[in-house]
Amino acid sequence: MRRVFAILNTRLKRAALEMQEYLYLTGATLRGFATPPFYRHDIIEQFDLIGIGTLTVVVLVGFFTGAALASQTGVTLDQFGARPVVGRLVSVTIIKELGPVMTALMLNGRVGSGIAAELGSMVVTDQINALRSLGTDPIRKLVIPRVLAGLLMAPALTVISDFVGVLGGWVVARFQLQVASGLYWSSVTQALFMADVQQGLIKPFVFGFTVTSIACYVGLRTTGGTQGVGRATTTAVVVGSVSIIALDFFVTQVLWKLLY
Amino acid sequence: MPAPASERRPGTARAPVVVFDRVQLAFDDKVVLKDVSFTLARGHTTIILGASGAGKSITLKIILGLLQADDGEVWVNGRRVDHLGERELMSVRADLGMIFQEGALFDSLTVRENVGYKLYEETDMSIEDVNRRVEEVLGFMGLLEYIDKMPSELSGGQRRRVAIARAMAFKPGILLYDEATTGLDPITAITVDDEIIKLRDLEGVSSIVVTHQLRDAFYVATHMAVRGPDGTVRIVPATPQKTNEAEFIMLRDGLICFEGNANDLRGSTDPYLRTFLS
Repeated sequence: MRRVFAILNTRLKRAALEMQEYLYLTGATLRGFATPPFYRHDIIEQFDLIGIGTLTVVVLVGFFTGAALASQTGVTLDQFGARPVVGRLVSVTIIKELGPVMTALMLNGRVGSGIAAELGSMVVTDQINALRSLGTDPIRKLVIPRVLAGLLMAPALTVISDFVGVLGGWVVARFQLQVASGLYWSSVTQALFMADVQQGLIKPFVFGFTVTSIACYVGLRTTGGTQGVGRATTTAVVVGSVSIIALDFFVTQVLWKLLY
Repeated sequence: MPAPASERRPGTARAPVVVFDRVQLAFDDKVVLKDVSFTLARGHTTIILGASGAGKSITLKIILGLLQADDGEVWVNGRRVDHLGERELMSVRADLGMIFQEGALFDSLTVRENVGYKLYEETDMSIEDVNRRVEEVLGFMGLLEYIDKMPSELSGGQRRRVAIARAMAFKPGILLYDEATTGLDPITAITVDDEIIKLRDLEGVSSIVVTHQLRDAFYVATHMAVRGPDGTVRIVPATPQKTNEAEFIMLRDGLICFEGNANDLRGSTDPYLRTFLS
């Protein structure tokens, strides 16, 4: 029993230390948003890599998510004779929940893993130390451009994903469920409130920041050579994915209180 | 022994550029440095020898502020640096260059961008001036033809020399070499050693050379660079006075077990040193 407590004690302390270090990094990152020096070239490069680079994946996932959602819910709605309102269900579900979450998960899979692997490799090959020795703060040079790009590109990608998702729903509604286009598009807007749109736009900011900051943190804490880089990549994706789902729940609760 | 406090102040003629004074460092239960003290005089070379894990590379990282010592004092150019934060350390690092094991070149940048990194990113120098300086440094190192290549296209020796070029591009007064020749064949290692000697003797750079390659350590200590009347640079055997300027330090179990010049080291009867030398 004592041994179990000792193990638990060690793990809790380690978790607390990790959280403390992560909060330190996010604090330094937030401070860096407002104070020079800024590495503009790196910021633009990350906007391109994270934004444009993830666009194809987000569009594909968004489209098929909307299509699958319409296809599945169409069958269920049929039981109540409510097939014509499939657009409502698709739009509300995608804009409030699936769009932000699926986009963040794709961002995490593609960008989070890449950031952790890149920064992890730089750590194990002493490139981070080389940066510091040359007078560059790695947080400003590497972390801030990535987190800033994640913070601002996640909402943009989510808007695109939402639109493509609703479009995917329309394709299924029109050609599989035989719902008239006019009926679909009018029902898409009928069920949406401004608070829903706000909720769908606020969440991606939180997710974008979380995904990129976790990936940067995990990457910069890499130890153990190339094996360590592999571990860091896996850790970044797993922790990022769980954080997105968990944060989605908590952010939803907060936004329900604030917006509705 | 470290210099007295009065001699550490900047501007003092005899002030050493690096002072390591009773430095201690441990990672959890593992003691890396127990009580290490040494100095580096301006324009001189200190060569730190020791087996793997003896704390040689860590000593360099402490000087550069990449690691913080648990106890003791570290002075660079008359300024105490062991308790400085990252921001204050940036100004200290302006006069410090480090050559890491394996070079640690930025693999997404070309040789030109690597060598000029600090000048491009951290100074107000114009692009033309930076390019001129990069070409000058690469010319000095005999690497001008590789200026637009990526690090992955270079051999191990070329990568180390580019790393030296990167460290010297912003003209630091002190260079720290961390196993600069490890893993290189003898001929390539000599070319790297020659660069270390040239920087010390022609550019006046003070250097700390960490290595466990005795051949390279003795070569750096016992040779000097001279510029002929036609401007060509030759590496020749050093004068006795010059040889005495190179100090050897041997680390063992977190302590300095030997301190002296090349002749002292060769003449040592200590069984551990004899084993190491053999």
